[in-house]
Amino acid sequence: MATLLSHKFGPYGGQFVPETLMPALIELEEAFVSARQDPEFGREFDKLMASFVGRPTPLTYAKRLSERLGGAQIYLKREDLAHTGAHKINNALGQALLVKRMGKRRIVAETGAGQHGVASATVAALLGLECVVYMGVVDIARQEPNVFRMKLLGTEVRPVASGTQTLKDAINEAIRDWVTNVRDTHYLLGSALGPHPYPTMVREFQSVIGREAREQMLADVGRLPDTVIACVGGGSNAIGVFSGFMEDEQVELIGVEAGGSGIASGKHAARFGDPSKGRIGVIHGTRTYVLQDEDGQIADTHSVSAGLDYAAVGPEHALMRDNERAFYTSATDEEALDAFQTLCHIEGIIPALESSHAVAEVIKRAPKMRKDQIVLVNLSGRGDKDLNTVIKELGNGK
Amino acid sequence: MRNRIDEAFEKKPIFMPYFPLGYPDLDMSIDVIEALARHGADLIEVGLSFSDPLADGPVIQKATQVALENGITVRKSLAAVKELRQRGVDIPLVLMGYYNPMLAYGLEKFICDAAVAGVDGFIVPDLPVEESEEFVGARHASPLPLIQMLAPTTSDERMEMAARNARGFIYLVSVTGVTGERKSISEGLGELILRVREHTSVPVCVGFGIGTPEQAKQVGALADGVIVGTTCVKTIGESENPVEAAGELAKNFKNALQ
Repeated sequence: MATLLSHKFGPYGGQFVPETLMPALIELEEAFVSARQDPEFGREFDKLMASFVGRPTPLTYAKRLSERLGGAQIYLKREDLAHTGAHKINNALGQALLVKRMGKRRIVAETGAGQHGVASATVAALLGLECVVYMGVVDIARQEPNVFRMKLLGTEVRPVASGTQTLKDAINEAIRDWVTNVRDTHYLLGSALGPHPYPTMVREFQSVIGREAREQMLADVGRLPDTVIACVGGGSNAIGVFSGFMEDEQVELIGVEAGGSGIASGKHAARFGDPSKGRIGVIHGTRTYVLQDEDGQIADTHSVSAGLDYAAVGPEHALMRDNERAFYTSATDEEALDAFQTLCHIEGIIPALESSHAVAEVIKRAPKMRKDQIVLVNLSGRGDKDLNTVIKELGNGK
Repeated sequence: MRNRIDEAFEKKPIFMPYFPLGYPDLDMSIDVIEALARHGADLIEVGLSFSDPLADGPVIQKATQVALENGITVRKSLAAVKELRQRGVDIPLVLMGYYNPMLAYGLEKFICDAAVAGVDGFIVPDLPVEESEEFVGARHASPLPLIQMLAPTTSDERMEMAARNARGFIYLVSVTGVTGERKSISEGLGELILRVREHTSVPVCVGFGIGTPEQAKQVGALADGVIVGTTCVKTIGESENPVEAAGELAKNFKNALQ
């Protein structure tokens, strides 16, 4: 069997899946590799990224936020302005074009915040694919607008009532569907997670974020940022923006996990941030840092943002943390909600609660930096979908 | 050391029920497994529970969830196997469980403690041949086999690869999908079994989707062993008297295979 790409990121990654799925992973890897070498595929992808997704997304100087914090100059990479309102569309479009190439006609996807579900539903409508999205019952309740959007786009949303009824369980159900219908169905996994080749493939489709951001920084500001900040659930927006600066060793890369109610409370999704529960393990086909109990059962997680509410982190992030190419920290629900409001008030941008975790980190960090330093924040999505949650969390009076 | 698995295949086809430890509770599950053994099971797949069983259908998901809520752990599961041996259960007991709890326990320690407890082999559904090196490497403490799984989607090339490592028996997944009953036995099963036999002389056992003694009989005419999981869990779990139900079920399936 020809190994086309590396299956691992150091000790992380791999293909821990039932045998039934192995041929599908091999087929997917072959299709991905051949598409990468095919200029026609690249042209079609780039064309749709421009004409349908609206790329390149802008780089916005956050002037008032920078002034308020009184330190580093802050720039926002505006993935919230991509079609469907988040970076998820980049990967969904790339994979959907591969699905056409493989001759499959049906896609299944999981979704937490609903952004990946909406992106999948959108590309399915665009390319004429049948689409089923699995979503935890808890997430359906807190991301209702996205459920309606998916349905409008012709996708069937299947509620998942097993386990914790969130993203983890939606992935379980999507995999169960895939294993049953693998001959004509592709699993359109939404993050840089899961078995090889997903983490590599998703990074590649998301690398457009980092590539554009790097060019825009050089063109608009004349130099690279000192620090790049992104939120990390599975880690696809982070790996996308980080990939543009990987070789620029002077650029510091910071990932922000969901601190939930605080690490000490135990109610969070900080895989790196809580050494008592975050240990190396295997979940959903990959070896990485996983929140788990002493017996190896996957732990319940908590975050105000559905998209970060997941027990494992993409395997490449685990490696980048080990070799200190990137550093990882966390922001609590409260800090994220504060950052959410700040960005609304003084920049006129309503960020997704996921992205608000990255904004929370820049609010902590920028004041300690010099005025001639630059921080780039990847604003991975917009917050319209989160209004119900925010109204509930903040109450009507605030 | 005795090889219980090879002994079990001296008279084929064999009946292989699956039952998870800790369901409906730990004591009852030990009694159920003992009853299955006494009334006709030739080999038992003893289930270890995991919070995210992605190869399992709703029935086994629910049962293992109950087991976890009852506080089942890997350590308690191994102690239960020891208890079964002390009660005189002498058929092969193969542990079936997902990889992460084994890793969390410590892979070498797990394999070693399992061997000491009286386990005869392992089935790990999320460990394809590509990833099995670590498990096989950690096994130096004990020669117990890691059972290879094959599926209808497996190519000849992969069958050859798996067959090279195969020991004990081959677990052939009869359908693409998760565990659970099906209305009928898949049409291409005979052909699939023949394809596997071209690559190996190790016994071939078929699982996933076999729900009735009649279906077991059909499969038993083609394969060396018949694996019954979901039906076992459902029938026994729903019964007022699980131990009696286990005995009855084992008798029915065993009779169908004779």
